[in-house]
Amino acid sequence: MAQASRSGLSGWLHRVSDSDVWWSFKSSPMTVAAAVATFLIIAVAFLSPVLAPHTPFDPATLSLSDGLKPPVLVSPDGEWAFPLGTDDQGRDVLSSIMYGTRLSLIVSLAAVGVAMVLGISLGLISGYFGGAIDAVIMRVADVQLTFPAILVALLIDGVVRGLISVKRHDEIAIFVVVGAIGLSFWVSYARTVRGSVMVEKNKEYVQAARVIGLSPLLIMVRHVLPNVTGPVLVIATLNLGLAIITEATLSFLGVGLPSTEPSLGTLIRLGNEVLQSGDWWITVFPGITLAALVLAVNLLGDWLRDALNPKLR
Amino acid sequence: MAAASNNQPLLEVRNLRVEFPTRRGTLLAVDDVSFDIAPGEVLGVVGESGAGKSLTGNAIIGLLEPPGRVAGGEIRLDGRRIDNLPYEEMRKIRGARIGAIFQDPLTSLNPLYSVGRQLVETIQTHLPLSSSQAKARAIELLKEVGIPGAEMRIDHYPHQFSGGMRQRVVIALALCAGPRLIVADEPTTALDVSIQAQIIALLKRLCREHGTAVMLVTHDMGVIAETADRVAVMYAGRVAEIGPVREVVKHAKHPYTKGLMGSIPSLGVRTEKLTQIDGAMPRLTEIPRGCAFNPRCTFKGRRCLVERPNLMPAGATRAACWLHDSGGVGAPIPKETVDA
Amino acid sequence: MPDGGADFVRIEGLKRHFDVSAPWLVRKLEGRARQVVQAVDGIDIEIAKGETFSLVGESGCGKSTVARLVVGLYPPTAGRIEFDGNDMAGRHSRSDMAALRRRMQMIFQDPFASLNPRWRVFDIIAEPIRAFGLSTGKADLEARVAALLRQVKLNPADGRKYPHEFSGGQRQRISIARALASEPEFLVCDEPTSALDVSVQAQILNLMVDLQRRLQLTYLFISHNLAVVYHISTRVGVMYLGRLVEVAPTDTLFRRPKHPYTRMLLDTIPDLEMTGRQRSPVGGEVPSPINPPSGCSFHPRCPFANDRCKAERPRALPIERGTVACHAIEEGRLPIEDRSYALNT
Repeated sequence: MAQASRSGLSGWLHRVSDSDVWWSFKSSPMTVAAAVATFLIIAVAFLSPVLAPHTPFDPATLSLSDGLKPPVLVSPDGEWAFPLGTDDQGRDVLSSIMYGTRLSLIVSLAAVGVAMVLGISLGLISGYFGGAIDAVIMRVADVQLTFPAILVALLIDGVVRGLISVKRHDEIAIFVVVGAIGLSFWVSYARTVRGSVMVEKNKEYVQAARVIGLSPLLIMVRHVLPNVTGPVLVIATLNLGLAIITEATLSFLGVGLPSTEPSLGTLIRLGNEVLQSGDWWITVFPGITLAALVLAVNLLGDWLRDALNPKLR
Repeated sequence: MAAASNNQPLLEVRNLRVEFPTRRGTLLAVDDVSFDIAPGEVLGVVGESGAGKSLTGNAIIGLLEPPGRVAGGEIRLDGRRIDNLPYEEMRKIRGARIGAIFQDPLTSLNPLYSVGRQLVETIQTHLPLSSSQAKARAIELLKEVGIPGAEMRIDHYPHQFSGGMRQRVVIALALCAGPRLIVADEPTTALDVSIQAQIIALLKRLCREHGTAVMLVTHDMGVIAETADRVAVMYAGRVAEIGPVREVVKHAKHPYTKGLMGSIPSLGVRTEKLTQIDGAMPRLTEIPRGCAFNPRCTFKGRRCLVERPNLMPAGATRAACWLHDSGGVGAPIPKETVDA
Repeated sequence: MPDGGADFVRIEGLKRHFDVSAPWLVRKLEGRARQVVQAVDGIDIEIAKGETFSLVGESGCGKSTVARLVVGLYPPTAGRIEFDGNDMAGRHSRSDMAALRRRMQMIFQDPFASLNPRWRVFDIIAEPIRAFGLSTGKADLEARVAALLRQVKLNPADGRKYPHEFSGGQRQRISIARALASEPEFLVCDEPTSALDVSVQAQILNLMVDLQRRLQLTYLFISHNLAVVYHISTRVGVMYLGRLVEVAPTDTLFRRPKHPYTRMLLDTIPDLEMTGRQRSPVGGEVPSPINPPSGCSFHPRCPFANDRCKAERPRALPIERGTVACHAIEEGRLPIEDRSYALNT
């Protein structure tokens, strides 16, 4: 009863600023730096239509005469209009990165979302009802785990390619990638949620809810779910980094996003094709962006895992 | 104090302070605690959760969990200061001179080794015995703590023992090197009543036969009443009252001890209503000024709100309460301010 | 207000077995048999309106399972539970079942686990009111919760707080307020004070006695603490390995204990009064309920056991306003005598 509870937003802010998690956040400079970096990258990416100096994938704005300009700071041939240089089509590398990061983030966030919804639902069902349902879901999860994400994605992509035309494929490529990554990540959510549910459902507050005759669905949504959000949040954050990498890998291999709508991975692939001729900046800058983004997200995830784990406190 | 008057006490604790640095400031979990234990004596340390009784025990055996630390005072065993020893030296003393028994016997035993191996290793660490001699002593110890079929049981693993038998093994482990003092922290709390009685009887017998002193930390006044010679009642990190167990139980002098004794349902008297102390022990962050018990005390006066009482003679015990000071509790507090 | 006649709660031949076998495949591969724990193995209890019936026993005797069976957290393996003349396992419409559930509530042992940590106290207490549709509107709901908080001696303003802001005793008050929210007549209390410090335990016990008198509640009280049971109950049932070995009015049980197990339990209570009574620790421990001893399950620890005790399970015999399941008592081998546990000092 250290402090009186306050209402509304101010109460919430007070609770947050007073919490152990916030304190552990503040006292870790690395985490603060990672959070700032993540926030900056996300903000710049999603504001790219406003911030980007060029619209690199609108053919009308491109001029081949701007092609293969090196970055300003390393060569006198550079122009300030293209601070990180241009590729062979005359597209501004900086603008491409901004748009590409946005696309990478959209795909990964959506994929994590798909995995979360699928995994949490199956985990809740599995953990709460147990028995045969649990056994079936968990064996499916075991099988799923034996396929690496890339393999699942390649498989789905292959099937989809066989079913529809190449032109249509470019249009739905983003959904294929989201689905493939989402499908390969659900297991960790399902397992974590199942474990937490099995612990929570035997706690007395859940039994108290059963005594008044609430339905299993209500109990799961109202009581169990809110109490398993901690571990889910940790996995989601760590998974976001993994999803970004997986998307980049798929795109690099050419089964991800098409070159008309390049993500970071696609940009690295496109740059890689001309790397032999010494135009390193086309592939290196997207690579650095990717590495920085994933590192920042993973640092955040690691911190969150430790901060929410009472044993490590 | 009677037992400790003519010969030197085995354990002397003087003005012990244990602190926990936290982000909200340093918490004083044990505040200026002093007591002695004579050889062969059983001192009960009783209090509600958070009173600091277990921390006092852990400070004595040098096993305070970080970030907790001894911030002041002295602990002496046989006149030798032990609170400032380096970890390695304290570890040797902990096996050889001080035995420790904890609440959960499972955490004190290594599940991967047979109890015999654990006993033999502990014996050989502290005594210069050969393997076969050590094994013989291990069997002897298991017999002593009342484990039937000790010769066969010695090769069993901890999970093959029941809760009560496991606690007996832990006691045997604590006895390996023939310690002068045993610090037992809630040794019977995890056990059923019928097993509790067996363990208490065992501790009492060991004390009598070997002259081992015991510091018995528990929240169960019944266990203390049956086992201890003297008892220290702790409240909010301080000793509220200390004295011979019979006196403290029957003629408590501190209002907290009185309330505590009254609130224990007893088979002796069946009353309509149990005596109750309203409120709860303050959290360490909110210990009031003056006497820590003053918000719950019905006898308090002005002095109790500002001045902290130390232990003072009160009948046959010593109590930290101004009621027993010649100055008294000070001016009465008007009723309105009590309610506020 | 015990009205003697009609039994408010009637439990007949109640059994609950738990399957603790290894998974099917493991069983088949390793040739192991099914393992069944007989947590509750056929007990009969009648509880009159307004009384406090206590179940005591050591851990694993099945007393908590009985509590959970009575409120419907587990379905019984066999036997029936009647509440105010209604068979709880009978066919009821949804609304009838809800009406029955509303009238019985449970208080749990651990005040730190029985409140959802993410809910405000107001919502925790309001949940049963909302679930049973008892309030007429927001203002009524708020008034009801405030009244409940006051009833357990908490401040209505405490409703805004979260459980972690309260001490153990205060949390148990919140649990009680929640249990009272649906205006029940029958409360099943599963070790409600065993996680609390003694001074707080006294507060909660006093509160429960007070509430019982004011609201005419009937309690089924589960505890391992004989002194607490002595203090609060009108009648007591002693359980051992899933069976009821003795039932008697409180004073009779503590003054003239009959079953050897009851005598043993009473012998082992730590004696605060220090009457100099010799405590005689009984050897042995409670056997595993997976493989309970044949006949009377207490016979391996019983000093009065003979061949009949090893072979034949004793039936509950009516004796001195209670029942005892013991061959030695039945045959008169074990004399019944007054003991001085409940003596006044």
